[in-house]
Amino acid sequence: MSVAATSGTGFLDRIREIAGEVAAPNAEAVDREARFPAETIEALREARALSALVPVQLGGDGVPFEAVAAACFELGRRCGASAMVYAMHQIQVACIVRHLDDASWFQDYLGRLAEEQRLIASATSEIGTGGDMGRSVAALTDAGEGSRTFEKQAPTISYGAHADDLFTTLRRSPDAEPGDQVIALTHREQMTLEQTGSWDPLGMRGTCSPGFVVRAQLPHEQVLPAAFPVVSAESMVPISHILWSHIWLGIATDAFDRARAFVRAAAKRKPGEPPPAAQRLSHLLSELSLLRAEVSSGLREFTEMSAEPGRPRLSTMTAALHFNNLKIAASEQAPRVCQGALGVCGIMGFKNDTPFSVGRHLRDTMSACLMVANERIHQTNASLLLIAKEV
Amino acid sequence: MTDDYVVQQIRQILADHGRLPVHIDDLPVEASLYDAGMTSHASVSVMLALEDGFDVEFPDRMLTRSVFESIEAIAAAISELKAEASV
Repeated sequence: MSVAATSGTGFLDRIREIAGEVAAPNAEAVDREARFPAETIEALREARALSALVPVQLGGDGVPFEAVAAACFELGRRCGASAMVYAMHQIQVACIVRHLDDASWFQDYLGRLAEEQRLIASATSEIGTGGDMGRSVAALTDAGEGSRTFEKQAPTISYGAHADDLFTTLRRSPDAEPGDQVIALTHREQMTLEQTGSWDPLGMRGTCSPGFVVRAQLPHEQVLPAAFPVVSAESMVPISHILWSHIWLGIATDAFDRARAFVRAAAKRKPGEPPPAAQRLSHLLSELSLLRAEVSSGLREFTEMSAEPGRPRLSTMTAALHFNNLKIAASEQAPRVCQGALGVCGIMGFKNDTPFSVGRHLRDTMSACLMVANERIHQTNASLLLIAKEV
Repeated sequence: MTDDYVVQQIRQILADHGRLPVHIDDLPVEASLYDAGMTSHASVSVMLALEDGFDVEFPDRMLTRSVFESIEAIAAAISELKAEASV
């Protein structure tokens, strides 16, 4: 049951099916037990959805980026954690695809990823950098005969224990500056992951993101030739912010749908008499529309900029400001919508076992402002605003 | 404005605002300032000081990492802006 190549339609139909038939019925258990959404990821593998962004000529499925963003939204409506695992994997795949620079090892790897439907996790944050992804402590060390080693203390690696491969940012060499970073891709059998903490968070519980110490040995071909700062500006940051915000929009949309179902049920009980919560629902629609507009304009802007030869606009400060702002705005607006839905549903929304429960939605979206802390992003934007001209 | 003068002034601005861990005079004009340790935060201070020092405004299309990659690249950007201004 392969997804339709080069067209997003067949792909999205299949994703909606998986979201409804696999992710939704397991969402509660995944959340309650803080367990990996294994069934959903397996179903996505069977649909070849893990290689959606890999170009057809490299053995993948060539699905347009917009369709993958829509997939994150659809999965987010049914299970935020499943959607987040899927999105994070796609971020790493997109970074490799967009910055291949003819590196033959990575070209072959993408073929293998498509064939085996391999799942990639990432270790981009690090203890000792104050949450700044643009700096690394851990460094690639020459181990002789073309081999490299590294050891990295990651405060969190989402689904680290469930991934086939790991995408790690590191200093280029032991004497490189903290900002002189590269990306290494390692297979499970090339590394050890020592878990350094527990995982019992407020929301997004199924992402299974404890800390790890990663120790790895790899051939030097497994280091992406492109410098990380370029990958980060042109791909990793905008794509992360766009796919995450699609998930948050998905979660908020489901919370809104539940609030609407609640109001409709009340209206049916007393025909001719508008339920008191109906007006609150109308207010909530305005809040949801703001989020929707922000998310869709971010996606449009990114696809336009990506289509230009050499993608010059993606590396400007104005673009950085826009995509940073998308993340801040969407991460603040999504929990606001979920809280509004709770206000509409009242006790029926507060209880965890009704068709109108929105507790998980609220908890899941509360993680949004911490996934790269909003205050850190504001700090960057504050500095960019000093110099950017048109914002 | 001669090229030497421009390069010397850029070096002075980098010394004052670049917060580089190396001595700026030891850095060749083509060397990467980022690899030498200039942070993105420091690069904004450098851009502001360049705009002030050379009386130019970098348009958004020039506010990219590559334009501020090296002394040479900055000098090229400044002369492009100066040439535009004198037309």
